[in-house]
Amino acid sequence: MSDSEGSDSFVEEGSSGVERDAAVSGPSGATVEEQLVDPQFLAELRAQMLKFARLQLRDDDQAEDAVQEALAGALKNIESFARQSALKTWVFSILKFKIADALRYRQRVIASSQLGDEEQREQQFMDALFKTNGHWHRAERPTSWNGPQGGVQSDHFWRVFDACLNGLPEKQARVFMMREFIELESEEICSQLSLSTSNLHVILYRARLRLRECLENSWFETSAARSRGESTA
Amino acid sequence: MMNCKQATRLLSEQLERPLHGGEKLQLKLHLLMCRGCRNFGDQMRTLRQLSKGYAKTASEADGKDGAARGSSDLDS
Repeated sequence: MSDSEGSDSFVEEGSSGVERDAAVSGPSGATVEEQLVDPQFLAELRAQMLKFARLQLRDDDQAEDAVQEALAGALKNIESFARQSALKTWVFSILKFKIADALRYRQRVIASSQLGDEEQREQQFMDALFKTNGHWHRAERPTSWNGPQGGVQSDHFWRVFDACLNGLPEKQARVFMMREFIELESEEICSQLSLSTSNLHVILYRARLRLRECLENSWFETSAARSRGESTA
Repeated sequence: MMNCKQATRLLSEQLERPLHGGEKLQLKLHLLMCRGCRNFGDQMRTLRQLSKGYAKTASEADGKDGAARGSSDLDS
């Protein structure tokens, strides 16, 4: 679909009356500036732009801002437009840039705020496991899982495993499952999720750290304690 | 000298790629001295085994409590 065509016809339809008046701007002597500040023309144009921007952005405030900025941009360069229809096309093309900017900005803000939270959570998790010199905190040092592994096939174990998996951050769980359950190769996961290889390795590392931590705390340690006859309550 | 954070990272990563000579040697040295990371390495292998078992149980356990196991993603 051609964008300019779309908005063009959209504009023409909605403003046929104004369009006809504008077409005879010569004799009436109205300049483009005068036309654009004509309240009726401006109101209609603005309404059309708003409708368009709202559809794209689904946010009234952002739509309002984009339209405002697009109109301001158009007014700045008004002398380069001889006809209103050309002007409208141009205003709409500015509006599209503004909308694209807003959408891009929104995506960036979401991405970076999520990243910020995520990195902070990961840092806290790592700090809970490792001392500042990078060695295990004594209480977090992995134990041997050999003892109670006989019970691993039980329904109870798989429920614990489920719970641990559900406790992973969403992306880690997804990547871990693609890699270990569906057994996709690294390259395939990277290309499907647009991740770099080192990205993928970090995500898998984090997922495994969390999973083993959870399994150790919720299953292996409690089983070991049980088998030693200690109270697990 | 490698610390536990670096060692565990490599223990995970060696499931994805072959380590190069220097990494291998340093990791070996670290594991000789660190029981926690030795256990971690064993656990990484166990985790991979468990995951294979999980996928299998999940597809078998369908009607039973397959939903809890997220079987929709796993059956193929």
